[in-house]
Amino acid sequence: MSAQDQPLIEARTIEKAFRATQALRGVSVAIGPGEVVAITGPSGSGKSTLLHCLAGILRPDSGEVRYAGRRIDTLDETERTLLRREHFGILFQFGGLVPELAAAENVALPLLLARHGREESMTAARSWLERLGVAECAGLRPGEMSAGQLQRVAVARALVTRPRVLFADEPTGALDTVSGEEVLALLLYAAREQGSTLVLVTHDNQIAAYADGEIFLRDGRAASEEGARSGVRP
Amino acid sequence: MYSCAVSTVHVLLGLLASRPRHGYELKREHDTRFPAAKPLPYGQVYATLGRLERDGLVLVDGTEQDSGPERTRYAITERGAHALGRWLAQVEEPAPYLGGTMQTKIVLALLTRRSAEPYLRAQREAHLTRMRELTARKSDPGAPMADVLAADYAILHLDADLRWMETTMNRLNDLRAEVGA
Repeated sequence: MSAQDQPLIEARTIEKAFRATQALRGVSVAIGPGEVVAITGPSGSGKSTLLHCLAGILRPDSGEVRYAGRRIDTLDETERTLLRREHFGILFQFGGLVPELAAAENVALPLLLARHGREESMTAARSWLERLGVAECAGLRPGEMSAGQLQRVAVARALVTRPRVLFADEPTGALDTVSGEEVLALLLYAAREQGSTLVLVTHDNQIAAYADGEIFLRDGRAASEEGARSGVRP
Repeated sequence: MYSCAVSTVHVLLGLLASRPRHGYELKREHDTRFPAAKPLPYGQVYATLGRLERDGLVLVDGTEQDSGPERTRYAITERGAHALGRWLAQVEEPAPYLGGTMQTKIVLALLTRRSAEPYLRAQREAHLTRMRELTARKSDPGAPMADVLAADYAILHLDADLRWMETTMNRLNDLRAEVGA
C-alpha cells in the first residue's frame, strides 16, 4: 500500500489477552482496498486473533481497529454483527457450513439473513456454485461432499454478498496441496474480479506466496515497524 | 568489496571480533564452530590474514611464543568490524543450498553479540518475494507444464529454507548459550 492511499482496514497498537496468555502485543497494520495480504507466523503467534480483531469478531483489550476510517472496536455486538453481514465475508478452515442445509441453501443463507428474497438468493447461490465448479453439489448436504467440494461451497458462501473484505482463516488447511491451490486460485480470482480485499491467515508459506504482501507475526508482534505499518512491501 | 557468499574473509573477521587471535587458533576455532564446513587449510588462513592486513581490515596485535615457533596475533580494525557488520546484515539471493551461508552468518552474529533475528526476518522477506515471483509465473494460465514443474521445484526448496529459518528463530536462545556469547 502506498503512503497516500487511505487504508481500508487499520489496526493501531492492538493488544489482546486470553486469561494469562498475551496473544497480541501492540500490533499495527494497514491494509489498502483491493489488497491481498497473508497473516503468517508460527502456531500460537496470534494470527487468528489478529484476523478476528480486524474482522470485528473479537474486541481488542486496547488499541484501535478501523474499517473505512470508522472505529469498529468500540461498536457493540449488534452493530458489529451488522457490519460483518453487510461488508465482510468470512471463511474458516472447515467451511462452517450448516449440516442440515443443502449446498445451495448454505450459500444463499447470508443473502436471506440480509433479507433478500428467497428466489433471488437461491439464483445467486446457484450461479456462485457454478462459478466455483461445484454446480453439481447444489442439492447435496455437507455430509455428502468431499473436503475440496465443501471448501468451494464455503468460498461461494463467503463471496455471495460481494463483500468489500473477505477474511479467511486457513482456508486451505484441510485440503491437500493441489486441491488447496485450486481453491485458493478460485478465491483470489473471485476476490480480485470484484475488487474485494482479501486477508488470509495461513501457516503455509506456499499459500502466503499467492498474496501481495505479508504480515509476519511472532509472539504476538508484527515483523518490524515497516511490516507493522503495511502488510505489503513496495 | 567482497562477495556475499560464505567467505573465509568474513569468517575470520567474525572470529577476530571477540578478541585477537593467531592463525592456528583461528583455524581451530573455525573447524570447531563450523563442523559442517570443510576444515580450513593453514595456507588459506595465512593468505587471507595477509590480504585482510593489506586492506586495513585487521592489524598485527603482537607476537606470542610458547614452546613452539613464534606466532603473530591479529586484531580486527574498525574498518574490519564495519565490513563484517555489513556482510552479516546483507540478505542472500534466494537460491537452493544456502544453509551453510545462513548458518555461518547466524553463528557469527551471535558470537559478535548481535541479534540474528533482523537478518533472519530480512532473509525471510527476500525468500518470500522470490516465491511470489515463481507463484505468479506458475499461476499464469498459459504457463507450460514444464515451467510449472520447475517453479514447483524451486518453490518447495525455498519453502524448506523458510521452515528452517522459522525453526532457527525458535532455537536462537539455545544457540546463543552454546556459542557462549
